[in-house]
Amino acid sequence: MNPLHYLRALRGITVRELLRFVHQRERFVSALVRPLVWLFIFAAGFRSTLGLSPIPPYETYILYEEYITPGLLGMIQLFNGMQSSLSMVYDREMGNMRTLLVSPLPRWFLLVAKLLAGTLVSILQAYAFLLVAWFYDVRVPIEGYIDLLPALVLSGLMLGALGLLLSSFIEQLENFAGVMNFVIFPMFFLSTALYPLWKLQESSELLHTLAQYNPFSQAVELIRFALYGQFNAHACVYTLTALVLFLSAAVFGYNPSKGMMQKKGGKQ
Amino acid sequence: MNSPTAPALLLHSVSLSYGEKLALDKVSFTVSPGECVILLGPNGAGKTSLFSLITRLYDTREGSIEIAGFNLKRHSSKALGRLGVVFQQPTLDMDLSVERNLLYHADLHGMGRKLARIRIREELDRQAMFERRHEKVRQLNGGHRRRVEIARALLHKPDLLLLDEPTVGLDMPSRKAIVEYVHQLSADQNIAVLWATHLVDEIFATDQLIVLHKGIIRFQGAVPALLEKTATPNVASAFQQLTQEGK
Repeated sequence: MNPLHYLRALRGITVRELLRFVHQRERFVSALVRPLVWLFIFAAGFRSTLGLSPIPPYETYILYEEYITPGLLGMIQLFNGMQSSLSMVYDREMGNMRTLLVSPLPRWFLLVAKLLAGTLVSILQAYAFLLVAWFYDVRVPIEGYIDLLPALVLSGLMLGALGLLLSSFIEQLENFAGVMNFVIFPMFFLSTALYPLWKLQESSELLHTLAQYNPFSQAVELIRFALYGQFNAHACVYTLTALVLFLSAAVFGYNPSKGMMQKKGGKQ
Repeated sequence: MNSPTAPALLLHSVSLSYGEKLALDKVSFTVSPGECVILLGPNGAGKTSLFSLITRLYDTREGSIEIAGFNLKRHSSKALGRLGVVFQQPTLDMDLSVERNLLYHADLHGMGRKLARIRIREELDRQAMFERRHEKVRQLNGGHRRRVEIARALLHKPDLLLLDEPTVGLDMPSRKAIVEYVHQLSADQNIAVLWATHLVDEIFATDQLIVLHKGIIRFQGAVPALLEKTATPNVASAFQQLTQEGK
């Protein structure tokens, strides 16, 4: 197998993912509207009730809209990761997944290619959101938009890998509602997306600890620091480690002789 | 390793069980280049399980499978590269055009754009579908979608074409056209075909048959040998006789 074959397969999977996203207009609109609703309504409502003292990377007092922007970028990627996962379960039920799995490439590569393609889609969504936010006067230093890119790649890969892992466990579309309740919401609310860690600590030590170890918190912090041209090494290592763990488990789950594929075989 | 004389498909003593239930019991057969083998079995006979193993959706735990001389477990990429599949469920992207669906497949098989476009033209032309290449799959009827899926399976010129009940849900003229096309293809292009079905009217007198029932091969050979063995006047009666045993 030559490297060109891998590149062509990656192109095929990426183009397909992008075209699917473009063709599903509702998905594009809801991916954009969801964080904007949080920014325009939720943040406006809570602006006066949540007092935020300056914590790194902020050097001065900031508006709540500015605080939750990194969290909303993370939310876009979290939902996109879950959306990809949902589409994989759908593809598997509908059979489309089989055309991918029967192609002459190692399964780990097919999953990584799918992950890269999904991450690219999430990054496009994130920048579209930032563009709208810019018109709403939520702005960061111009270099922040560039520094943000590698952070979005890493966080997008990590959250996408989590989606892949979940899709290897979920057997039917109906079970997906559980993912919303037990994964997306706890991950989002138990994180630094909406409030800083010290605020949580004031309420509950347990919640503070859970939020601290939540990989989504670390992804949000990575994004937050990158937006202000700073590098959060701890968040980066944590997110990278979570990516490796989730991806390895997903590859195991999709292995035809191990993991969930073999178990699913018993239910055909 | 691959050799010019290797059968397109070789199954040796393949078994598969789902917990306590044995789905396939020591299944062995070969499909040679240019041969059209019909895998005949009622629902639940084990056809889909067998196809899942040949397409490596699951690994073969007992027995071995070779495609064009490549062991599916040890040289899975090479083996899968020699395989074209039409699944029972439609697997095209409905919102993408015919051409885009085929380009996606060509990319997965590592084909360059120029070669891919030549092959797409060849395969679609052969089924009178080239003019419709820019249409979304959603706009095509069931028969035409199946034609596109067959064109897609042949794009990388496989040694073995697997078809898992490809005519399910199609009207009579579409079914007839597909059955005739695949038989012609096997004869003209020396492609080995393994066609799973439970519809006996899709069988030609020249086909090789494998009758699978409850995971066990009840018969394999040519149509005349089946009629002789079962002392029946036609394949339908023979099939009924073989699949009623052990009920």
